[in-house]
Amino acid sequence: MTHDETLGKLRERFGADAFTTSEFRDNKRVVVPAGRVTETLRLLKEECGFDMLFELTATDYLRYPDAKDRYGVVYGLLDTRAGTRLFVRTFVNDPDPELPSAYPLWKGADWLEREVYDMYGIVFEGHPDLRRILMPEEFTAYPLRKDYPLRGKGERHNFPVLTRAEG
Amino acid sequence: MPLEALAPVADDGADADYRWTLNFGPQHPATHTTLRLLLTLDGETVVKAVPDIGYLHSGFEKLGEHLDYNQYVTIVDRMNYISPVMNEIAWFHAVEKLMGIEITPRCKYLRVIFGELARVSDHLLCTGAAALDLGAFTAFLYGFYQREKIYDIFEFASGQRFHPSYFRVGGLTCDVDDAWVERVRDFVKGFGKAHADMTRLLNRNRIFIDRTRGIGVLSKEEAINRGATGPVARASGVVRDLRKDEPYLAYKDFDFKVICAASGDCFARFLVRMEEMLESIKIIQQALENLPGGPVSVDVEGKAVMPDQMSVYRSIEGLIQHFELVMPNRQWQPPVDEVYGAVESPNGELGFYVVSDGTGQAYRARTRPPSFVHFAMFPYLIEGHQLSDIVAVLGSLNIIAAELDR
Repeated sequence: MTHDETLGKLRERFGADAFTTSEFRDNKRVVVPAGRVTETLRLLKEECGFDMLFELTATDYLRYPDAKDRYGVVYGLLDTRAGTRLFVRTFVNDPDPELPSAYPLWKGADWLEREVYDMYGIVFEGHPDLRRILMPEEFTAYPLRKDYPLRGKGERHNFPVLTRAEG
Repeated sequence: MPLEALAPVADDGADADYRWTLNFGPQHPATHTTLRLLLTLDGETVVKAVPDIGYLHSGFEKLGEHLDYNQYVTIVDRMNYISPVMNEIAWFHAVEKLMGIEITPRCKYLRVIFGELARVSDHLLCTGAAALDLGAFTAFLYGFYQREKIYDIFEFASGQRFHPSYFRVGGLTCDVDDAWVERVRDFVKGFGKAHADMTRLLNRNRIFIDRTRGIGVLSKEEAINRGATGPVARASGVVRDLRKDEPYLAYKDFDFKVICAASGDCFARFLVRMEEMLESIKIIQQALENLPGGPVSVDVEGKAVMPDQMSVYRSIEGLIQHFELVMPNRQWQPPVDEVYGAVESPNGELGFYVVSDGTGQAYRARTRPPSFVHFAMFPYLIEGHQLSDIVAVLGSLNIIAAELDR
């Protein structure tokens, strides 16, 4: 399915003004509202042939020029037969950044969503096991947020220390 | 890791209390680096495996937001450290895509040669170590000897054996000379024999085959659904190779095959990697024989590339250009946008999602690490197999913890 046909499908289902599209270099992107992410992804997977979720990541737009929303989440979809890619972007905001999980559609979303949760604190509703993945679970901050300093807030000095006798 | 995550198989009630929990890693010879598995075992059968990662997490992506586009290359080098050059290629592929820089033909060819050498060295270590973990020590040594030669080639060109940091935005740090080309030719000439030695030691090795065939089977559907790429996906019959599908650098010019297998087990992944090395050697040969002349970096006038040392010291233009690129308030002015660029790394699709706010540092430098995606499917691959199969599956997925945790 070509990019235009995919956009046609999306328009047919959601109406022309429900999403915006953009293109930069060879990246084709669709921006959808957070409430419509699951529907869009399901349509793209089931009817447009995007069978792989190769990337899921987020960005904190706190200090980005002209940004309206705080967090942007990007789903990178790939059609392995046609070799086409599509990036689905959506935005969420404080205080409770929340999105539905893509795990029911692609199992590959499992760890990718856990990483986004770990780094940005975006909660994925319906994820089977949403725990911190890279940071220790005692950690309370979300380190890739822009208001978190590069050198940390001194957490390393306060990690619980197990002595040999206790261990 | 909280204890609830460890109490996995309580579902079938009291009958399950003969099961026992085994902690595998984080320090274990077969994990190669630091990753940890919590296994629930029924006798020697793995009922459930819970990976626990993050032991090597050092905030690479956070650092990427505080270092400029050239400086960050020293960090990406340390992601997949068994083929560091490939990370550099991927990073600059994304950055140059963002800035809209078209690198010179000579630079493209040299990057291809370096990249394919990195692929060979990665596959040599991966297949060698996979065999080593299963008790076949000799093949590993043959492989590692060839890796030494590749290190020497890198050192000859860049001055660094392991983490060359050889590329820059828009080109290379310096050009290679004829002696370097001769070295690569020598390596290519001798490689076939070493490869044949490894193949003969393993391909018909009864123990090796028994321990890898039919183990960790990944079907084509699951491979796609779980996001597998590279040799792992190709061993499951997904015919996809970014070098063919989305040709970057100069891959359009070369004649090579995409190696695939159908069975999707550890042995298939091993075979795919072994054959890919020969294809890489073919690409290196073609690139060497047709290596274009001309400059290795884009024109300095474009204000993107670091000028070489001589022109910084001896010409005012070079000095100004250098100043412009190293002063934090000047540097590059990429478009305010975001871009994803990916290359076919030895492990699979290695991509960078770069968000730019128009300054010399990336606003967000996200890595799409193939190891991370592949390790996520480890519990699926291992459940139902024996404890001793864990090393076979780990070896065949080629999990590099530095890339996994970043």
